[in-house]
Amino acid sequence: MTKSELIAELVVANPHLTAKDVELIVSTVFNEITAALSRGDRVELRGFGAFTVKHRNARTGRNPRTGSAVAVDEKSVPFFKAGKELRERVNTGGKPVAKRAARGA
Amino acid sequence: METVTRAHLVEAIFTQVGLSRNESADLLEHVLEKLSDTLESGKSIKISGFGTFSVRQKGRRIGRNPKTGEEVPILPRRVLVFRPSHVLKAHVNGTVPDLNVWEDDA
Repeated sequence: MTKSELIAELVVANPHLTAKDVELIVSTVFNEITAALSRGDRVELRGFGAFTVKHRNARTGRNPRTGSAVAVDEKSVPFFKAGKELRERVNTGGKPVAKRAARGA
Repeated sequence: METVTRAHLVEAIFTQVGLSRNESADLLEHVLEKLSDTLESGKSIKISGFGTFSVRQKGRRIGRNPKTGEEVPILPRRVLVFRPSHVLKAHVNGTVPDLNVWEDDA
């Protein structure tokens, strides 16, 4: 699914809104997450997951083709960790799992 | 470092789109629910300029309880992975990307 498909599906589900509004809503969500991560903040959406920024130290990497050493500067990378609910939903593929029984089985 | 929550995103939708706060909150849930539903069905999601969420199938392997050293089977499972687009990576590093590289790389 792409961003435009996401918008299209949300437009169908929300006939009281214009396509432009829905597009603005979706863009706002991702822009706000991007802005927060740019400030070094974390974004926590319970049930969905958390976006954080992880720091990577400078290291000496290697050009895999030539094998020569390359200096890699320190950098920050965006990271997403799925929340408990989403993680379980993805794993079970929507099939409800009886909590206890699933564990013991 | 601050933590941005649903409340912040609702506020942003409220000011950007001009819906009521209640409706904004509702729509945010709609968006997250649609994303969750899609991932639950095993489909990946590409948001250009942001990144890709995809579902990866992991095989069975033998894990170990790090405290006791006891072997524990880790069953086959499906996990969610997020790959940030280079645009998002650039933002996080404060290097604003060249507009010419805004192609659909997510």
